Amino acid sequence: MLFFIEQLLNGFQLGVTLLLMASGLTLIFGIMHLINLAHGSLFMIGAFVGATVMAYTGSFLLALAGGVAASGLVGMALEYTVLRRLYYREHLDQVLATFGMILFFNELVQIVWGRRPLGVDTPSWLSFTVEILPGVAYPAHRLAVIAVGLLVIVGLFFLIMRTRVGMWIRAGASIREMIGALGVNINLLYTLVFGLGACLAGLAGVMASPLMSVQAGMGENILILTFVVIVIGGIGSLRGAVVGAVLVGVADTLGRVYFPALFRLWADPATADAAGASLASMTIYLVMAVVLAVRPQGLFRAHA
Amino acid sequence: MNRLTRSLGTMAVTLGLGVATATAAEPVKIGMVTTLSTGGGYLGEEVRDGFRLAMQQEGGDTLGGVPVELIVEDDGRNPGQGRQIAQRMMQSEGVQIMTGSIFSNVAMAVIPQVVREGVVFISPNAGPSQLAGAQCHENYFNAAWQNNDLHSAMGKYLEDEGYDNVYLLAPNYPAGRDALTGFKRYYEGNIVGETYTQLGQSDFAAEISSVREADPDAVFFFLPGGDGVNFVRQFDDAELTDRFPLFGAAFSFDNTLVQAVGDAARGAFNTSQWSADLDNEANRQFVAAYEEEYGSKPTLYAHQGYDTARLIGSALRAVDGDLSDMEAFREALRAADFDSTRGDFRFNTNQHPIQDIYVREVVEGDDGKLTNRLVAKVIEDHEDAFVGECHL
Repeated sequence: MLFFIEQLLNGFQLGVTLLLMASGLTLIFGIMHLINLAHGSLFMIGAFVGATVMAYTGSFLLALAGGVAASGLVGMALEYTVLRRLYYREHLDQVLATFGMILFFNELVQIVWGRRPLGVDTPSWLSFTVEILPGVAYPAHRLAVIAVGLLVIVGLFFLIMRTRVGMWIRAGASIREMIGALGVNINLLYTLVFGLGACLAGLAGVMASPLMSVQAGMGENILILTFVVIVIGGIGSLRGAVVGAVLVGVADTLGRVYFPALFRLWADPATADAAGASLASMTIYLVMAVVLAVRPQGLFRAHA
Repeated sequence: MNRLTRSLGTMAVTLGLGVATATAAEPVKIGMVTTLSTGGGYLGEEVRDGFRLAMQQEGGDTLGGVPVELIVEDDGRNPGQGRQIAQRMMQSEGVQIMTGSIFSNVAMAVIPQVVREGVVFISPNAGPSQLAGAQCHENYFNAAWQNNDLHSAMGKYLEDEGYDNVYLLAPNYPAGRDALTGFKRYYEGNIVGETYTQLGQSDFAAEISSVREADPDAVFFFLPGGDGVNFVRQFDDAELTDRFPLFGAAFSFDNTLVQAVGDAARGAFNTSQWSADLDNEANRQFVAAYEEEYGSKPTLYAHQGYDTARLIGSALRAVDGDLSDMEAFREALRAADFDSTRGDFRFNTNQHPIQDIYVREVVEGDDGKLTNRLVAKVIEDHEDAFVGECHL
């Protein structure tokens, strides 16, 4: 039972990590109707810049600031130079253009940082464990990821629902022309929203960097999961992103643990482990298929 | 007649038909199809750098005193792309010797085709089981290892050291399953858990909890590249490295990965056919020359590239650069008449190495950076498990 609770917590933690990525992605889609495959690249840039700042200063807080700022700036530059031209184009054009950006950024970081993976040490003030369950020492860094993720999501809800800027954003998402006519600089607003999404991706990148190998292409693995999250949650819905992220995190984790065990009930261990692992890698897609079969728009509707 | 052939040949080349005319004055062309991009790109870079070092030590563009031209191309870890490049190198460049394969999936797409066309292929890294066994070929040599070798050796080491309960982890793809099969070749103890992960996985929290639950004496894992970095960091973050010592093959603890993993890798044991502190004349001069040339310690991949070049050099010297009689060239390769940086080295009947395998420990080097230190020899004159299936 304890083991099960521990795995639930692992799943929740994975969900919150995904949420940092998914919230930015879904915000950008919900408001600008833009599919941004290069979101994973912004995650990667955050991690690389964070790793570099960390190597020079030794301060994880400065690394966080540097990584988030770099991703935000790159994101806004990207929006201003490339993506702005794509708002009225078809989704397929957006997918092609942003896929091109993935290739571009992967090459770019290899030119700047080389092909050898970088490592970031867990900051000393986070490298201890907390005994959250008897006999289960949970790394403080992972708990910090959960805390930051929850703070960010609360902040986002407050920004969108309770502030004037949030009102503009919601209005801009509904009728872009009208808010322009009311004297709000919609172009600037879009650039800022995109920058915000990029900052969140960068934050996710720096937060994940002590747990991950920082290397070109690191954003793609997490991007796929992120897309599953926002499709399940309903593309464009922040609330959907929260529910989707936790659902994907928990389903993926439990699938990885329990499918092989399940197969062992009637197959020999070697076959069971391989078959179980194969099925485990499909778990989240099965969840997605079921959700889409019942609710083709995802669990929540945008701006519901 | 000879003159006619030659002028016809020259004409063909001028017309761009790409017919190769090998005359004694022309350098021997060596094609290197290797992986220089993607996450695994540094492996190919190091193989290439080691190979080039051997050429530079002879003054630049010679191997074994024979002028050579090295053509390097990136396969992008993509079997189709590798195959295409190999085809082009054979047809329009007329290469007769090829090398470079890093990943087994690319190797399986390139090598069988290349050797059928009469070109000699010497793998500096990938050693898929099929090519060591039933699909072995007189034109294919492996200068590194068969894929299972280092994992088998670690199984032997844990067996000898009396670890009775071991937990195994590998990605769910052919090389991952081969690694665990290899491990079990000599290991007879109790396997308390066996987990297959996804290739390219970044979060290992669930697997780590399962390891803690199973409470093994040791953890053996094969997670190539970034997967391994992620796993070891997270394992250490959960403060488990002291309770459950980590063991793997050298691929998980080469000097490059160890830098990326950081302190978490300290004290981990890994098996390798080579180590920078292996005490023989060839190796001492190689390590010194590599550091001088590239400013960093060589890894196992650099050593494999270097030895591959030296092996080709020894055979070219024996036939005096004349590749018109391929059987003579192959015979010279089989003799492996060069001083390997790993010490004793000879080819088995399937043209894969018979060599000693060692266990190393990750320690802090003189320069304060983590590196590998030789601990003990695990197996002397190790032969791969598939040699019996090869009838050459």
